[in-house]
Formats: sequence, C-alpha cells, structure tokens
Amino acid sequence: MTLPPFERFYEQHRDEVYAFLVRRLGRERADDAFQETFLRALRAYPKLRHADHLRAWAFTIASRIVIDEHRRARPKAELPDVAAEESRPAFAELEHLADRLPPTERAAVVLRYGYDLDYTDIGAALGSNATAARQAASSGIRRLRKEIT
Amino acid sequence: MTAVSPHLDQQFRDAAAREQALDVAYDLVDTPIGSLLVATTERGLARIAYDPDPEQAVEQLARTFGVRVLRSPKPIDPARRELDEYFDGSRRAFDLPMDLTYVAEFHRRVLRELARVPFGEVVTYGELAARAARPRAARAVGTVMNRNPLPIVLPCHRVIGANGKLVGYGGGLDRKEALLRHEGALL
Repeated sequence: MTLPPFERFYEQHRDEVYAFLVRRLGRERADDAFQETFLRALRAYPKLRHADHLRAWAFTIASRIVIDEHRRARPKAELPDVAAEESRPAFAELEHLADRLPPTERAAVVLRYGYDLDYTDIGAALGSNATAARQAASSGIRRLRKEIT
Repeated sequence: MTAVSPHLDQQFRDAAAREQALDVAYDLVDTPIGSLLVATTERGLARIAYDPDPEQAVEQLARTFGVRVLRSPKPIDPARRELDEYFDGSRRAFDLPMDLTYVAEFHRRVLRELARVPFGEVVTYGELAARAARPRAARAVGTVMNRNPLPIVLPCHRVIGANGKLVGYGGGLDRKEALLRHEGALL
C-alpha cells in the first residue's frame, strides 16, 4: 500500500489519538501533546517505506509523548507502563512479543523492525536522536532474545 | 470518542505550516466564479483548480509535490488576498511567486509569455506561440493553456482563437467570458 497524503492520515487518526491523549494526560495537557504528536509524525512521514500499521505508528509517537509528559510532571516517579493499561495503544497488535519491553525499547524495536524506519527517523519520532534510538532498539532485541531462549 | 475541536485542529494546521514541514499546503478560496482549490509550496503558488474535488486534488498534489499535503489556510492567505483584490477590481496584476518546478520546459516557456499578456488584453493562440519562439505551435499552445496549473493568475483566459472566438477554457467557457468581461476585454 502506498503512503496516503498526510491530510488523509491526519483526518483518519486525529480523533482517536486525541482521545488517547485526553485519557492519559487530561484535556488541558492533551492539546499540546496532540500538536506535538502530529508534528513529529509530519517530520518523519515522508521516510516511511510503507503504509501498513499507520495507526500503530501514530500511537507509538503519542505514547512516547505521554511518557515524556509524565516524566516532566513527576521526574522521580516510576514510569507508567503505557501498554499495560486498559487504553493500551495499538502498536501492541503488531508485535505482541515486544509487549514486555520497557516503552522506549518497545517503540524503537517496533519502529525499526515493524516499520523499517532508520535510526535518525526513529530518533525524531521518539524525540531523542539516532544514537539513543539505536541503543534502545538493540537493548530491546537483547532482552527479547533472553526471554525467548 | 473525544473529538478534536475545530480550534485545536486549526492550531495544528497553522503550526505545521509555520514549521515549514509541508510539501504543499492548500485551501479553498471563494470567488465570484466559484470555489477554487489553491495550493502553494515553499517556492510559491503551485496549483489553482476549478470545481475542486478535494479528495482527488489531494491525491494529485501528493503525487506531484510529495506526501506532506495538508489543508492549511495561512500559507494560502497571500493568494486569497490577491484573488479578492483582482475580483473586486482593485488589482490588475498578480505579484505572487510561482512554483512551476514540475511543469515541462516548453510549457514553462509558453506560460512565461502568457504571464506578460496584460489585464484587459487578449492574444491569439498563434501569437502566443510566436512569442514563445514556436510560431507554428498554436495547437501545442492550446494544450499548454488546457493544462495551465495556475488559471486566472497565469491568464489563459486572455488567449482566444484567430477568428475572435473564445474557443475553450479548462474552467468552462462561461468563466472565460466572465473573466474577460470583468477585465473589460469583452463588451
């Protein structure tokens, strides 16, 4: 499937991504997070190599922003396990194996091996950089190997 | 489900344009001769379409300019303003930068000549061909007019047949007539 124009992607996913952000952050903080989610998506969009799992991809970015928001709000508190809650984002559908990984590793693994993004783009989508994205993906893979064997 | 408010939607569309993260922005512009779809890239005005089918237009814009297509009114404002002024009679020439990157060389040459035909005047297909250094290419000039990506701003309505007939117009002959009447080129 070829990548749809961004307008289509945005129209299709804006409401569900916004609803997710409102559930996780409350309405007041959801607005900024919404804008940030779709701006990050827009920056990385042309580099996507296929249009499968676009919804999951959007939720991966939104989840990452939720984690950052929580980290900002409660710097010392334990990070929330985004995928373990009821409003569990859709990227879990893609790779149930990655479910048990910490959020950053899971997102990096899913974006790298699920969507074939390069590390620069994963870094952009995660709000970090290529090096951090590569480290997160490889430690995620190491952890998965350990669990499987 | 909690839907995105129109205000938030607008904020995102503005932010996307402000960040210059778009390949092409578009919006609909109301004019006395109907609603126009107007699109612009960072290089300039890229498309004006009559009777737009936004679904189809968005696909076409993505194929030509890149997938980051978004409806975003702000980048279209300069064009909207100049079109308003043109239709209320206070503007006779457009000062908008144009993006003709994806227009073939011959077409671009003809369109450049077309841009020099002033408000209120007409030229024949043959004359325009001669001005573009292809005097026998009147028919090819007709094709260029038919595919003009920026009607009104690039005034293909000012090009008529050698016998004085209006001949044809991508937006329909009624509109060609209305535009020429507006410019005083037709009584």
